[in-house]
Amino acid sequence: MRLLLLALFLIFAVAHLLLPLGPLREAQALDPGLADLILTQLRLPRTLLVLGYGAVLGISGAALQATFANPLASPDISGASSGAALGAVVGGYWLGLTQPLVLAACGAAGALGTLALLVTLAGRKADTATLLLAGLAISLAAGAATSLALALAPSPFAFYDAYDWLMGNFADRSLSQAAAALIPASIAAALLLRHAHALDLTALGEDVAASLGLKPRRLAMEVIALSAIAVGACVSVAGAIGFVGLVAPVFGRHLTRGHPGRAMFPAALIGAILLSVADLVVRAVPLDRPIPVGVVTALFGTPLFVWLVVTMRRRVTA
Amino acid sequence: MTSLIARQVGIAGRLQPIDLDVKAGELVALVGPNGGGKTSLLRALARIERATGVVAIDGEDVDEAPLARRRQLLSFLPASRDVTWPISTRDVIGLGLAKPDPARVDELIALFELEKLSDRPVNRLSTGERARVLAARALAANPTVLLLDEPLSNLDPYWVLRFLSIFETAAQSGRVVLVALHDLSQLRHFGRALLIADGKVQMDEAPAGMVASERFQEIFRIQAAGGGWAIRRQAGRRSLP
Repeated sequence: MRLLLLALFLIFAVAHLLLPLGPLREAQALDPGLADLILTQLRLPRTLLVLGYGAVLGISGAALQATFANPLASPDISGASSGAALGAVVGGYWLGLTQPLVLAACGAAGALGTLALLVTLAGRKADTATLLLAGLAISLAAGAATSLALALAPSPFAFYDAYDWLMGNFADRSLSQAAAALIPASIAAALLLRHAHALDLTALGEDVAASLGLKPRRLAMEVIALSAIAVGACVSVAGAIGFVGLVAPVFGRHLTRGHPGRAMFPAALIGAILLSVADLVVRAVPLDRPIPVGVVTALFGTPLFVWLVVTMRRRVTA
Repeated sequence: MTSLIARQVGIAGRLQPIDLDVKAGELVALVGPNGGGKTSLLRALARIERATGVVAIDGEDVDEAPLARRRQLLSFLPASRDVTWPISTRDVIGLGLAKPDPARVDELIALFELEKLSDRPVNRLSTGERARVLAARALAANPTVLLLDEPLSNLDPYWVLRFLSIFETAAQSGRVVLVALHDLSQLRHFGRALLIADGKVQMDEAPAGMVASERFQEIFRIQAAGGGWAIRRQAGRRSLP
């Protein structure tokens, strides 16, 4: 099963890099150097970003779900993505920051702020309803604040410019932008993966984990901070993308027989696959203007989300 | 040989610092009114949260023990039976072990008669069934000290007796077993009982004498009546209108 997943991941990675083939062939016919340029300067950063961002959403989604002991916790539902977008918008349009790495830091700060607010408002052992409501409230507030920041931004083009990436856009990102998102994100993701076993043990409850010598409180804070850094850095470059971080861990846990910590790795592969499919759809749709990737993931993700909520409700009432 | 030594163990606001010595092979019951501090004492001994003081097991300081060693020193079974994730019975028991050991897991599945449930997700089991799975997890690493918070609640009569005999066997093999419970009729299975109320150990003696004492009945606000218990008549307490 793991091998199949890995194979799928590689297939979609290559597909995302090469598809559509048409432009590459045409360029190849004109000048072999041009095809190389398209591949390395345009396609490669995009593919790396898509795979990396998808993997980050899978890992941090799984880690947050394990930490909150709740299958509905995720970067988007918790408001972390909206917070990261707010952070990046304030940094980019108000503070005039342009350095990709500095903007990534702004995104991470925004995500961290919203997650801290969520923990304060709902508490870490919040039931599903409280978590959803608090997350929704924070998301809405962050979204409104983002709109306000854009409307009042010094640049009159801010609003139009931001619309282009806020809901997810991977087009025309440079290698240095990809690096700004992916270097901090992969460090944070690697640190999260180190906690796989500890997060599995928290499945037995925090008291049991603590009696085994773990520090559940510190672990939770670390998971929240690392998720915020990983997601925030990606959002600052490619916008906020919903549902992948919610859905990928659900499938990931199916492959780890319910173990929430171990599920981070398969969730990363699944997240990367889902996001590359979504971005391929965006590129395949024959429209003059590109539709945001977040719209595609929402289109697929909403039914899955509804199914998740319905099955959870059935389990609770059963 | 003294096996569990606790010195000035407490939790701020819930359990005043206490000293406690329990010998290897002792089966100790913790009783007391709701909110009196039974769970807090078990949590403090398991070194959960901001527990103060020092706990030594066979001369080894629990706080200083490396993670892998800690499982062999003590295990804690919380009163909550909640498991969020659909992990199978077999895997939950396996989480109690430092390294995968299918033979040991099979042993525990047989001990707790979980054969038919071994591949079912624990969050779909009944509360009583889950209680057996979680108890099996707590026993998995064969720790020296077992700290069990109300392990007998939600069990049917057969399983109450089976659990008690499993605890007795564990104690006889030289372990320290501390069990918080509410059903006073179960006390006769224990050699020693601690009465905990208001965050303090109020009494520490053999159960038979303790139960008969005036102080015990006063703290519980009950009195012996016809082989069972009745609500204690108190001077000045208003009866229901």
